[in-house]
Amino acid sequence: MTVRELAEALGLEVLTGQTNLTRPVRSGYTSDLLSDVIANIGDDAVWITIQRHVNILGVAKLKDVSAVIIPRKLELEESFLEKAKQEGIAVLRGAPSAFELSALVYERLKRG
Amino acid sequence: MVDSLAYTPQITLEFEIGEKDFFVAGECASRVKKTLQQLGLKQDIIKRIAIIIYEAAMNVAIHATSGRLVVHVEPDGITIRTEDVGAGIEDINLAMKEGYSTASYEIREMGFGAGMGLSNIKQCSDDLNIESRVGVGTTLNARVFFKDERRHEDA
Repeated sequence: MTVRELAEALGLEVLTGQTNLTRPVRSGYTSDLLSDVIANIGDDAVWITIQRHVNILGVAKLKDVSAVIIPRKLELEESFLEKAKQEGIAVLRGAPSAFELSALVYERLKRG
Repeated sequence: MVDSLAYTPQITLEFEIGEKDFFVAGECASRVKKTLQQLGLKQDIIKRIAIIIYEAAMNVAIHATSGRLVVHVEPDGITIRTEDVGAGIEDINLAMKEGYSTASYEIREMGFGAGMGLSNIKQCSDDLNIESRVGVGTTLNARVFFKDERRHEDA
């Protein structure tokens, strides 16, 4: 499943245009602690987090995440999205909480 | 992909890390990762090295006033060294404990300073040495050795 397909399936907003939409998604990780993400996120993962400062993009890039997903329709700064595009990282946003989004993504990925 | 490099050019990469320069940690780690991928190192070793670099650089950015990161690639392994000028560590054993942190509330709110940095580094290193003087600074040396079953198939 690609980032675009996942976004469409779950009704997530795509906030970074065409950036990285064809990347495959094979796993996911939900955490707001960057050391935890660095150590434990898998390959081709979507990262669900409420952190929205540009420094998390360093982590996203390093771990080569497929997309960052922001829950609860939380506000994002334009500078964050600009930097994400620059770094080639897709940012998606949904209305559900991190807990619910994790369940939805998990369910989708399991179905394939 | 190989565990080690039949022929390794000796490579040294250096980065300056400023106070509260959090983005640079990811940048350092990403750049070293790319270099190691080009050298054809195995993915799991690269991952460990990237974690060490990220966490070590973050520690400098969070706790020091200035510092540098030096990554040295040799035929038998890689050395990651940070040297900083800053607060230093009072009790290294305590600092190694997962969850122990002296980071400020602001830093923790950003998702840093969870007290996992040094334990992450330890887990990923084959050899780790930290020297620190309170009020002066800290030097960290981490080594990752390439495996012994080297110089095989693609030699």
